[in-house]
Amino acid sequence: MLDMLPSLLRGLAVTAGVTAGAAALAVVAAVAAGLARASRARLLRWPAAVYVEVFRGTSALVQLFWFYFVLPFFGVELPAFAAGVLVLGLNTGAYGAEVVRGAILAVPPGQRDAAAALNLGRLQTLRRVVLPQAWPAMLPPAGNLAIELLKNSTLVSLITITELTFAAQLARAQTLRSAEIFGVVLVLYFATALVITGGMRLLERRAARGLERGGR
Amino acid sequence: MFDWRYAWDTLPALGAALVVTLQATAGGMAIALVLGLALALARRSQRAWIAWPAGATIEFVRSTPLLVQIYFLFYVLPEAGLRASPLVTGVLALGVHYAAYCAEVYRAGLESVPRGQWEAAAALNLGRFRTLAAVIVPQAIPPVVPALGNYLVAMFKDTPLLSAITVVELLQTAKLVGAERFRYVEPLTLVGILFLVLSLVSAAGIGWVERRLQSRH
Repeated sequence: MLDMLPSLLRGLAVTAGVTAGAAALAVVAAVAAGLARASRARLLRWPAAVYVEVFRGTSALVQLFWFYFVLPFFGVELPAFAAGVLVLGLNTGAYGAEVVRGAILAVPPGQRDAAAALNLGRLQTLRRVVLPQAWPAMLPPAGNLAIELLKNSTLVSLITITELTFAAQLARAQTLRSAEIFGVVLVLYFATALVITGGMRLLERRAARGLERGGR
Repeated sequence: MFDWRYAWDTLPALGAALVVTLQATAGGMAIALVLGLALALARRSQRAWIAWPAGATIEFVRSTPLLVQIYFLFYVLPEAGLRASPLVTGVLALGVHYAAYCAEVYRAGLESVPRGQWEAAAALNLGRFRTLAAVIVPQAIPPVVPALGNYLVAMFKDTPLLSAITVVELLQTAKLVGAERFRYVEPLTLVGILFLVLSLVSAAGIGWVERRLQSRH
């Protein structure tokens, strides 16, 4: 079992890479789609709604297979790693868009009125007034989404990426020690999830501190 | 680009696979609802040796990937001498995974029951079991039905993971059909549309139930 640990840890590094890459994409997609959905312009709201509903309404694994097996027929050939990061990022981003939208709509309307009274522009209002107040409310659900993303990163093992779950499959084929290997892998995922939770707690504390300083 | 005739031809196979997917969802949800309630009650127990392991189980199962849990059961159950078909193994994995989520939903429901209800049951000299079964649980469950419904939809969308242990559900069927002609566009797109339509319909159904529950209170 100990001999298997290095290859499992290499798999864990790939898992971390996939998760981090997808998380970065998810943040961008979530903020863009969340702002678009909270916007008053229909031209922004509708495409964002379609994106969110399609990615939340279908299975992540089906999305992954579609991007990996169907897109080549339309002339878009993605390497497995890129397809994995893209799909996981867009999938998590769709859930994140709802978080962003909810947090933005929860900012009291008086804040926007006050910004308008101070003659702030739209972008300035968003950047200086709305987002700083919406940000702390986004963090706890974002932490849950990060854990979901880590767990969903196992799916890319099914399109041949040698992350932790795939490494476990390989190790099992070599040693047939299923209980030990998958037991260790479960513990590794659990530990990684704890690290993410801890990191998010730190962020939450910092966000709360900022609020106090800003005054309300 | 999109061959409608081929798409039409794949429909019967996908329809049969949809039955397997729905069976897996129903079986998994049945386990999740029962086991989830048991876990939620155990976590609230006053005896630490019951409450602590229940809490640890819920946290561990929720924080680890479903796919690894599926593999774990698929490979380890036979080694422990339990022979089960891939479908049964998969249903069990789905049930246990979502039981941990449902337990947290039930917990919210249980905590929302006013303390006076417990005291009234004690005043009526009801035993612990009757207090739960006749007073507390019937009040705890209706408010959380929509949340449980959301997990039903989430589980439905997770059933394609069972294809990893050779269960021939929707996604696996789409792959098999596609492999025959080496053309995946139609079957995989149809599977995606099927999931989208069924998820949207069930989400609308949950919204309807939620509104009815709200109007009752």
